[in-house]
Amino acid sequence: MKKFGKVVAVMMTAVMLLSGCGGTTGTSTENGTSSGLPAKVVVGTNAEFPPFEYMDDNGQPDGFDMALIKEVGKRAGFEVEIKNMDFDALLMSMSTGGIDMVIAGMTATEEKEKQVDFSDPYFDAKQVIIVKQDNNEIKTFDDLSGKKVAVQQGTTGDLSVTEGDPTCVVNGVDVKRMNKGADAVVDLINGGVDAVVIDLLPAKEFVEAHPDDIKIVEDNAVVEHYAIAMPKGSDELKKAVNDALASIKEDGTLDQLKEQYDATETVNK
Amino acid sequence: MNGLMGIGFFSLLSNQSWFAEWGGKIYNAWINMNGWKLFLNGLKVTLGVSAVAVIIGVAIGFILALMKLTEAKKGKRTVLSTLAGIYIDIIRGTPSLVQLFIMYFIVFKSHMSLMAGMLAFGLNSGAYVAEIIRGGILSVNKGQMEAGRSLGLSYGMTMRYVIVPQAIKTILPALGNEFIVLVKETSVISFIGVVDIMKSGQFLISRTYEPFVPYISIAVVYYVIIKILSLLLNAFERRLRRNDTR
Repeated sequence: MKKFGKVVAVMMTAVMLLSGCGGTTGTSTENGTSSGLPAKVVVGTNAEFPPFEYMDDNGQPDGFDMALIKEVGKRAGFEVEIKNMDFDALLMSMSTGGIDMVIAGMTATEEKEKQVDFSDPYFDAKQVIIVKQDNNEIKTFDDLSGKKVAVQQGTTGDLSVTEGDPTCVVNGVDVKRMNKGADAVVDLINGGVDAVVIDLLPAKEFVEAHPDDIKIVEDNAVVEHYAIAMPKGSDELKKAVNDALASIKEDGTLDQLKEQYDATETVNK
Repeated sequence: MNGLMGIGFFSLLSNQSWFAEWGGKIYNAWINMNGWKLFLNGLKVTLGVSAVAVIIGVAIGFILALMKLTEAKKGKRTVLSTLAGIYIDIIRGTPSLVQLFIMYFIVFKSHMSLMAGMLAFGLNSGAYVAEIIRGGILSVNKGQMEAGRSLGLSYGMTMRYVIVPQAIKTILPALGNEFIVLVKETSVISFIGVVDIMKSGQFLISRTYEPFVPYISIAVVYYVIIKILSLLLNAFERRLRRNDTR
């Protein structure tokens, strides 16, 4: 038992050293300097969430978030390197130091805020319901009770229909959690589920691709704010990012980017 | 329960804050988030899927092996052996995840994910089991068949009473290996939304944003399943070898 304890202690120490998240230890040395910003920031994303992030024709991550973070980097004075990975893996990669920042259409929630720091919100997103074209039964989130609903695991859409979650808006939903939003939509088109709960913008893209099969049902039950995530305690970085975001908002660049990438916050069409 | 033991263990070990933090993480994942319940349900699904897939796999594997053996009996290719050969070739030549997706999204059209998974894994395993069984039967000395036939037994009877009982001993280690691979392989069923052990862990991660405890827990649960399975297989093998004189 004693020996095992030692082994565990060594392993834990190694993990703590590797992850650099000792909890109470200072984070000012995180990027090598105690003052000023790092020259290069590795930004994690999950390029499967159009129009915020997706792979362009050359296989490079592109989208509204990508353009925004590059603009933020330009104004805050750091170089941006994009790293693409699974959505579920983003925050854990940041906790282990693999990436310095996350921009992935990520909602700032209280639960996540225990683990990371968020910038000021840069986008308001609404959750919508996708149903089959001939479905006239589901009009609001309440109608999802007792129905089979596919979601992308870990997304706000997932939480909003998960009984017992603080942000849940409807109980009694039979939730099917897929790894990708596209898989959930395929399940819907195949008729395996009654509805998909997902963000408005990807929903629009999916419906545009299958206009004869599926349609969007709007409901204002779930609206959330996207923000850039950073490791807990990165005050300087956060301030620089927020300042850059403020100036991007002020001079109209943000609206321009939203228009350029068709990232509308309003529901029409 | 394990979570509580974990906490006790860690807090006894040291009063340093990061041990408390890890105890807290284990407690959060296993107790607060109802992780033990999730893992228990996931365990049932994993065991159920594995068991059904093993049964389908052995049944299909046995039939395929017999089909392929017609070639050895006749001394030339037959329709049956060619068909079995094509099946085995295709199944072994494609990833099981792709087979699972084809089964679920295309064949089953997103319905009955559990059934689609069992069938996909069973059909997949069948191809490997077929080769194991065929190899085992061919490894029995040709003289055994000749002796059986010359004593007046039919081909089928010689197979049943002479060849297969001897082949089973040769087959068992490789077959046990295939079962073990299959049980672990079922973890990809999480990709089609079935909540097995893997998906239970990933669900916890999607809620706690903390990967270490869930993934280590998944690893431990799988390890224990496989350990028990291999102990059973070893015991069975030893029982079969009890009367060996070599």
